[in-house]
Amino acid sequence: MATPKSYRLDTLGLHAGQQPDKEFGARAQPIYFTTSYVFPDTDHAASLFNMERAGHVYSRISNPTNSALEERIAALEGGVGAVATASGQAALHLAIATLMDAGSHVVASGSLYGGSHNLLRYTLPRFGIETTFVSPRDIDAFRAAIRPNTRLVFAETLGNPGLDVLDVPRVAELAHGAGLPLLVDSTFTTPYLMRPFEHGADLIFHSATKFLGGHGVAIGGLLVDGGSFDWDKSGRFPTLTEPYEGFHGMVFTEESTTAAFLLRARREGIRDFGACMSPMNAFQIMQGMETLGPRMQRHMENTRAVVNFLDASDAVSRVVYPELPSHPDHDLAARLLPRGCGAVFSFELKGGRDAGRRFIESLRIFSHLANVGDAKSLVIHPATTTHYRMDAAALRDAGISEGTVRLSIGLEDAADLIEDLSRALRASQKA
Amino acid sequence: MLVNVAGKQTYAYTANRPVDTALPCIVFLHGAANDHSVWSLQSRYFAHHGWNALALDLPGHGRSEGEPLNRVEALADWLVAFLDASDIPQCCIAGHSMGSLAGLETAARYPSRVSALALIGTAVPMPVSDVLLRSSADNDHVAYEMINAFAHSPRAQLGGNRVPGAWMLGANMRLMERSAPGLLHADFTACNAYARGMEAASDVKCPVLLVLGQRDQMTPPRGAKQVAGNFSDARTVVLEGSGHSLMSEQPDAVLDALIGFLSSAQPTPA
Repeated sequence: MATPKSYRLDTLGLHAGQQPDKEFGARAQPIYFTTSYVFPDTDHAASLFNMERAGHVYSRISNPTNSALEERIAALEGGVGAVATASGQAALHLAIATLMDAGSHVVASGSLYGGSHNLLRYTLPRFGIETTFVSPRDIDAFRAAIRPNTRLVFAETLGNPGLDVLDVPRVAELAHGAGLPLLVDSTFTTPYLMRPFEHGADLIFHSATKFLGGHGVAIGGLLVDGGSFDWDKSGRFPTLTEPYEGFHGMVFTEESTTAAFLLRARREGIRDFGACMSPMNAFQIMQGMETLGPRMQRHMENTRAVVNFLDASDAVSRVVYPELPSHPDHDLAARLLPRGCGAVFSFELKGGRDAGRRFIESLRIFSHLANVGDAKSLVIHPATTTHYRMDAAALRDAGISEGTVRLSIGLEDAADLIEDLSRALRASQKA
Repeated sequence: MLVNVAGKQTYAYTANRPVDTALPCIVFLHGAANDHSVWSLQSRYFAHHGWNALALDLPGHGRSEGEPLNRVEALADWLVAFLDASDIPQCCIAGHSMGSLAGLETAARYPSRVSALALIGTAVPMPVSDVLLRSSADNDHVAYEMINAFAHSPRAQLGGNRVPGAWMLGANMRLMERSAPGLLHADFTACNAYARGMEAASDVKCPVLLVLGQRDQMTPPRGAKQVAGNFSDARTVVLEGSGHSLMSEQPDAVLDALIGFLSSAQPTPA
């Protein structure tokens, strides 16, 4: 008998989580624009509130459109389920708040999105949660930073903005050896380029605002549970393994063997912090995910064309992209990211800050803005925007200089992108 | 709660409630390579509606100690030992797949201990294909992949269930992957070798409910047709469109079938 096959990524991207509408036969995912749901009777209502029946009570906690999106990303990632959040930042906060209390500690990569860095470096310490930042390439540093009160290891699959490729299998192994889960931000890779659970990660979050949506019209986050981490065996997560007074003494690991984390995240974090996703945003992000595979394929084709063009340009001193032999993670990328290393990368322009200004202001197709992962090509200067809160040392640790320019390559014709860049590079070098 | 059964700790999910001897009991038995959590919604409902609801981890499964039992007859004996250890003189049983065979055998051989029997996703006999037996004997991951492919209806392969945000194929895979080596093979051996199901059905004295999935490929409804006729008091509910994973594919329909059955088969609890 042949090995049974589950549906593949492009099929799941179009269909997972959604059944044709039973009422009217709508093929598209309906938008359930409602705050609440009529209960057939009082017993049914009580059963929904008490998790005795499946269904929805109030759209802050769950919503049918959001649920379809949550299933879809869980299917694409190979997880057990997901929670949709108001943003990627909300997803990161939800993960941390679900796992730990004041007095806990996180070991995190130093090469993070500026927003994640802010949360860990400046905001969470006010609530008693400290973070030690380490180089994502230094496995021993991860190990050395783990303390008795550490509750999480966190990194991005592709570091921001140096595209440090996270050695997910090795970092996961060391985290597991210490009884800790590994959370990865997989925004830049999406399940098209990497499925981190298959490499040992335990939790994944996305800023769905980026490649998953792809259109740049909706902010949203998705937190996915791989379902493999043994919270009981670890013994470090009383929020999941001990009775929770906030939900009738529920012990989440007894309630759900594989999805205890998600249960707590929804029954406490989404309920109490309330950073839920709008069903309209969920619909819009689902529309994007329907074409994730074909879009990512085109993103990769265009990115490779642009990378090769820039790498050969006299106006560019360095292109940072893991597919180039010059990148320190070239071999690791070939192993973990065979389909490509994402469509966001940076390069060093000759001429420093002034050349950077002339370059950005000469571009016609690339939009200068603070986002990535759009269908349209984007450009930004990290030192003055996304990473502006970092001091010089932190910038250096993150691999950023004043001449760093970050591009997010879109779906335009690659020849037009290269012509636009060519013109702007010429302008940048005019003194 | 944990119960010592013949020197081994046995886990029973009770929705965090102690057993109240004044209340009727319903015991939930899971299928191969599963655990108590496949019954989380249904067992939680009964636990909060006037019942002692005990969703067990069978020996070697989930949180229960011991070696998995590879004979249905042994599972029935073990279940009675669990009831004895828990001071439960009589109970209703809801069993899924392998658990349904354990329930059937228990009701047949220990009629005074079982007041009602619900068989979910059942077939008698319950042959297991050679390829599944072989791959499970080899602890080959492909066995889990085959189960996931065959245990869910075509519709469920794409999700869309009513539990918010849950991807049931992923959850079932992760649950099976937690099994110790040899566990799935022991479970399949028990199902495959159970030869006295038809005879046992004739010995069952209590009311019986069969809940079958219309699109079940593991235990197709036709596999339960004959045994249904052997019970003295049986009714059958077929859930349209459901595969073998009935509790996750159609959790409310399974619950409603149990509520309807037990409200007539069992005196209304105080």
